[in-house]
Amino acid sequence: MSKFKKSTSKNVGSINTASLPDIVFMLLFFFMTVTVLREVELKINVNLPDATEGKKLEKKSLASFIYIGLPVEQLVATFGSEPKIQLNDSFKEVPDIQDFIAQERESLDETDRPKMLVSLKIDRDISMGVVIDVKQALRQANALKIMYANNPVDIIALR
Amino acid sequence: MAKRELQPINAGSMADIAFLLLIFFLVTTTMDSDMGLLRLLPPMPDPNAPVPEASQINDRNILEVKVNQFNVLSVEGDIARFEDLRELTRYFILNPANDLTMSEKELKTIPLFGDVMVSKAVISLQNDRGTTYSHYIAVQNELLAARDELKNELAQSTWGLRYDQLDEEKTKAVDQYYYVPISEAEPKKIGGNK
Repeated sequence: MSKFKKSTSKNVGSINTASLPDIVFMLLFFFMTVTVLREVELKINVNLPDATEGKKLEKKSLASFIYIGLPVEQLVATFGSEPKIQLNDSFKEVPDIQDFIAQERESLDETDRPKMLVSLKIDRDISMGVVIDVKQALRQANALKIMYANNPVDIIALR
Repeated sequence: MAKRELQPINAGSMADIAFLLLIFFLVTTTMDSDMGLLRLLPPMPDPNAPVPEASQINDRNILEVKVNQFNVLSVEGDIARFEDLRELTRYFILNPANDLTMSEKELKTIPLFGDVMVSKAVISLQNDRGTTYSHYIAVQNELLAARDELKNELAQSTWGLRYDQLDEEKTKAVDQYYYVPISEAEPKKIGGNK
C-alpha cells in the first residue's frame, strides 16, 4: 500500500480569483488617496524657467501657490496682456497678497505654520518688476520661505 | 415542496467594477512633483533696530552680481559671461591665491571639522525691474550651484558621501563651513539671507 496516492485526474483546477477584487481595491484606494481632484484652474500662461539646482517640494500641503504670468488668449480681451497675479482662482493685485498669506497661514495647523512655504510659479518671460513687488509683499507678510518653481533641466539654455 | 436554499451572491463582476474605478483614478492622477529653488527672504527691517551689521561687511567680501534690464550680467563691475559665473563664484569663495580683492578667511571652530579657515564671502545679487525672470533664475541657479558644488566636494573628500546623503549633524557642519549667504534685496541695508 503506497502512502502517496497517484493523482487520478490530470486537469488543473481553475485559479481562485476570490482575492482579485481585494487586490484591485487596494490599488484603487491607493490611487484615490493620491489623486488631487481640484487643481487650480489657471487663467494665465505659466511657462516655468529652467534650472538645474531645483529641489523637490516635499510637503505640498504646507505650500501656497502664487502664479504670475500673462492671461491666456481667451482672456486677453477682458484682462489685457499685462502680467497678472493669480491667487487660488482669481486675479489679484499685489496688496491682496498679505491677506492671502494670512488666510493660508490660518488654514494650517499651529505646529505647521512656521514651516509654511510659498511657491512662486512665474512665467519665464515676465520682467522682474512685478516679482520684486510680490517679494516685498511677502516680506511684509512675514512669509519668508519661498520657492522659485522651475522646470528641471540638465543644461540651461538662455535665449 | 423543495427547500429554498440561499443562493450566494455572484461577486464575479465586483472585480470588473473595481477595475473600472481603478482605471478612472489612474487616468486622472497627476503625479507631478514640484521642483524649485528654495530661498529665504530677509525679514523686513525693524525701524527701531540699530544699524544691522551687514553694513559693516568688508567690501572685499561681497561679490556683486548684477543683471541689468538688458539681461547683461556683471560681476564686480565687469561684464561677465553667464557660462563663467559658476567658476567665478567658486573662485571668489575659495580664493586659493589669497587675493586681497577677494573674500577673506577667518578661523572658525566647527563641530566635526575642528578649527578651520572659513571664507567670509557674501554674494549680493541685484537686478533691475526690467530683467527677464528666466535670466534672473538662471543666475540664481548658478550661484546656488557654485555653493552646492563646494559643499558636495567637501562632503565627498571628508566622508566620501554626497551632500544630500549626509545626516543632519554633518549637513549642519558643512553648511557652517560654506556659510555663504546669497542676498537678493537691499544688501547694503539689510542682512544677507541664506
